[in-house]
Amino acid sequence: MFDNFVIPDFLPAAPEIFLATMAMAILMIDLFIKDSRRTVTFVLAQATLVACAAIQVFTSTGEITYTFSNMFVDDMMADLLKLFVYMTMVIVLFYSRAYLFERPNMNKGEYYVLALFATLGMLVMISANNFVTVYVGLELLSLSLYAMVAMNRDSLASTEAAMKYFVLGALASGMLLYGMSMIYGATGTLEITELAEALYNGENNRTVLVFGLVFLVSGLAFKLGVVPFHMWIPDVYHGAPTPVTLLIGSAPKLAAFALVMRLLVSGLITLAQDWQQMLIILSVLSMAVGNLAAIAQTNLKRMLAYSAISHMGFMLLGIVTGVVSGDARYALNAYSSAMFYVIAYVLMTTCGFGVILMMSKAGFEADNLDDYKGLNKRSPWFAGVMLIVMFSMAGVPPFIGFFAKFSVLQAVVASGQIWLAIVAVVFSLIGAFYYLRVVKLMYFDAPQDDSVIVAPNHIRILLSANGLAVAALGLAPQVIMSLCAYALLRSL
Amino acid sequence: MSNYPLLSLAIWVPIVAGGIVLLTGGDRNAPLARMLALIGAVLGFLVTIPLWTGFDVTHGGMQFVELHGWIPRFNINYHLGVDGISMLFVLLNAFITIIVVAAGWEVIQNKVAQYMAAFLIMSGLMNGIFSSLDGILFYVFFEASLIPLYLIIGVWGGANRVYAAFKFFLYTLFGSLLFLVAQMYLFFQSGGSFSILDWHKLPIELGPQIWIFLAFLIAFAVKVPMWPVHTWLPDAHVEAPTGGSIVLAAIGLKLGAYGFLRFSLPIVPDAAQELAGLVIALSLIAVVYIGFVALVQADMKKLVAYSSIAHMGFVTLGFFMFSPLAIEGALVQMISHGFVSGAMFFCIGVMYDRVHSRQIADYGGVVNTMPKFAALFMLFSMANAGLPATSGFVGEFMVILAAVKFNFWVAFLAATSLILGAAYSLWMYKRVIFGDVANKHVEELSDVNGREFLILAVLALCTLWMGLHPQPFTDVMHASVNDLLRHVAVSKIQ
Repeated sequence: MFDNFVIPDFLPAAPEIFLATMAMAILMIDLFIKDSRRTVTFVLAQATLVACAAIQVFTSTGEITYTFSNMFVDDMMADLLKLFVYMTMVIVLFYSRAYLFERPNMNKGEYYVLALFATLGMLVMISANNFVTVYVGLELLSLSLYAMVAMNRDSLASTEAAMKYFVLGALASGMLLYGMSMIYGATGTLEITELAEALYNGENNRTVLVFGLVFLVSGLAFKLGVVPFHMWIPDVYHGAPTPVTLLIGSAPKLAAFALVMRLLVSGLITLAQDWQQMLIILSVLSMAVGNLAAIAQTNLKRMLAYSAISHMGFMLLGIVTGVVSGDARYALNAYSSAMFYVIAYVLMTTCGFGVILMMSKAGFEADNLDDYKGLNKRSPWFAGVMLIVMFSMAGVPPFIGFFAKFSVLQAVVASGQIWLAIVAVVFSLIGAFYYLRVVKLMYFDAPQDDSVIVAPNHIRILLSANGLAVAALGLAPQVIMSLCAYALLRSL
Repeated sequence: MSNYPLLSLAIWVPIVAGGIVLLTGGDRNAPLARMLALIGAVLGFLVTIPLWTGFDVTHGGMQFVELHGWIPRFNINYHLGVDGISMLFVLLNAFITIIVVAAGWEVIQNKVAQYMAAFLIMSGLMNGIFSSLDGILFYVFFEASLIPLYLIIGVWGGANRVYAAFKFFLYTLFGSLLFLVAQMYLFFQSGGSFSILDWHKLPIELGPQIWIFLAFLIAFAVKVPMWPVHTWLPDAHVEAPTGGSIVLAAIGLKLGAYGFLRFSLPIVPDAAQELAGLVIALSLIAVVYIGFVALVQADMKKLVAYSSIAHMGFVTLGFFMFSPLAIEGALVQMISHGFVSGAMFFCIGVMYDRVHSRQIADYGGVVNTMPKFAALFMLFSMANAGLPATSGFVGEFMVILAAVKFNFWVAFLAATSLILGAAYSLWMYKRVIFGDVANKHVEELSDVNGREFLILAVLALCTLWMGLHPQPFTDVMHASVNDLLRHVAVSKIQ
């Protein structure tokens, strides 16, 4: 019965395997570590991530490689996204450390281990070539995050947020599964590459397919957090401890982008006409609701949650302009612009939450907008960093956020949908208002308390580097832009 | 000399100087920050002088060109160059920066380093706007220059500064975002080029031309500002600190007008001809209606702000009559307005620093306590009214002369500006300066100190120089304006 058992090629999945092993090892090791020496766990987790990145670089062939019976794919897009995931996670853990250290009830090994498992989930999502792999990766990520949101178990808000996240997330997973099963029913395959061929060649039951597609897109929309499936985002961002918010708001967006690419572009590109229409509606609604609702917020984390909704809506614009009336000439341009947008967004959002984390002290979360009053008096340097992030998010040059918006907008204009570009631009203008308000609080208002901001040096340095990267990559966006284009060229 | 990257120096010297000034940190080091800022501003001006001395006035095309790849993926280049239209603005900008740094010398005591740095960085960015030959590079400078001015108004401004800063930023951003979409359209029409010079040659049908023109119009009309999108300007001027008002009036307003010449006219000439009537009508409304509005202002800064709008109406009027005389007149008017409005705002600043009021009603009889100041203020008020022998006269006269040829009624309405300008400028002057000493504050006024006198004297010399001998200025423009008009005369519709 084991006659045709072939040992799969483990190499393409080497970083995942290493990460899984290490995560479990760290979980065990942590049992023997006292709370006061939690730094060991931190260092181990960071070392694991760095090692993963190294393995990723050394095992990358640049070719499209399938393994585990085509369940798992490794290509340039995956490599690039994964490297950004590692990088983001390293930054996230650095930013989180001081916060956790000041709050002993949260400074447990579980934070680091769950973060590693969440990373593993993202990696699997990025490399999935089968509906089952997609689902496994997604659930691994989600389950880790559900637990992390509830890390601060004495906090009512956190628990409520976790509950909401769990219930809605489960519902979304159910929808996604339902959509997948419909598509399986219509085509008879779970494998994404086979699915694309089956759709291209075969006569399929279109009704069932589109029916499945609707559920699939709804499930994706939940995970991306776009309107009208966005309800969980503000509550979870607000309720979760800030390091967890930082985690949820950053790296998983990269994985969600990969998910959209794998499912919709690699798998269902023949149905592009159908899903593009759905995504256009989701995108425009997200930009509208995200930007308008953000104006009314008094809590910075909540504001950034709505900002995330609008940014994801903007990113979707890049995805919806890939195929225009059957013409896929601009597809590469469009998808790589969306990819660049996500990477730029992740870079900005880590920096934004990094400032929140730096400002917070034990018993003080620094998440109200008013906490930022007069920051320029208290710490001109970090007010400057936050200023860069805010203007970048608003899409004002010369920061990277402008080029992210630029690349997506040019893809939209290239596809001939100028009205869509104008809609996007008008909502960006509305969005600029609330980013400007943060700058106003920091620069125009007097501080509420004059206490000096204390933060460990490594956080100061990393945060400065992050902020300068947002500015410097705006002056030289070419590198990441062409990396994205090249990776997608080699992967599609 | 042209082997040196002069334009890059003009852009980056002030920006780097601004960065260095920022590093001086808190107000403990304020004297050092001021000194460094002055050195940076003077250096920034010195590097622009070779642009004038090395300029070939017989050549209408771009000079001092620098071209380097920037974002090859979208064919965006670091492409700089100036012609007779833009060169003078680079110099004017660098010159005004020195004035502004000097103007804020004693007045600004709070966050000095940030104040000086904001002006230096803005100066560099504005030089970038005037010398960009790449659409996206232009846009990056155009937008980035909003950030320092937003902070200047918001941090060092008056009581209602937050409202003014937001209004300023959002208004301008709205205009420029549509401009960005139009640029992307041109990018794809031209087969993947963001070069402004390529766009000049690009044939476009009339329909798209009209849309592009309207997108440009919104962007530049907000910036100029033209009636009816001018309402942000009086707010911004009133709330901004003196230095902010000077830069905004002297340089900020020129950006929009410059955009018309660099983008609207040459890229979509047919639409420009088609819609010239619209722009001329809006300009005349600005000249006449805003002139009357200026007349009734009780706040001096508001009055000068409205008079700026009226003067800029003259500029846009000149552009859209498509004659060399009119365009050159408009350009002379722009430069003259840079000196005169800058000086006017500085004069108001001088009085405000002493009395802390901008209301005309709070003054009267200032001549009794500040005779030197009153004399200089007189000169600038006259220039603002367009008195012959001052720079204000030359530009207006050229535009009116061209307008007479163009259409009598246009000329008639434009000429009312001379009367209205005299009315609001001189009436304000009379109420503020002449008469008996109005109150205790005026009685306690001290005349201008050495620093203030020097600034005003330099500006006065510029005003008179341009008024008496404008030829060096028009010589520089001549070839480029002729080239532009020859280009505009050829239809792009195929």
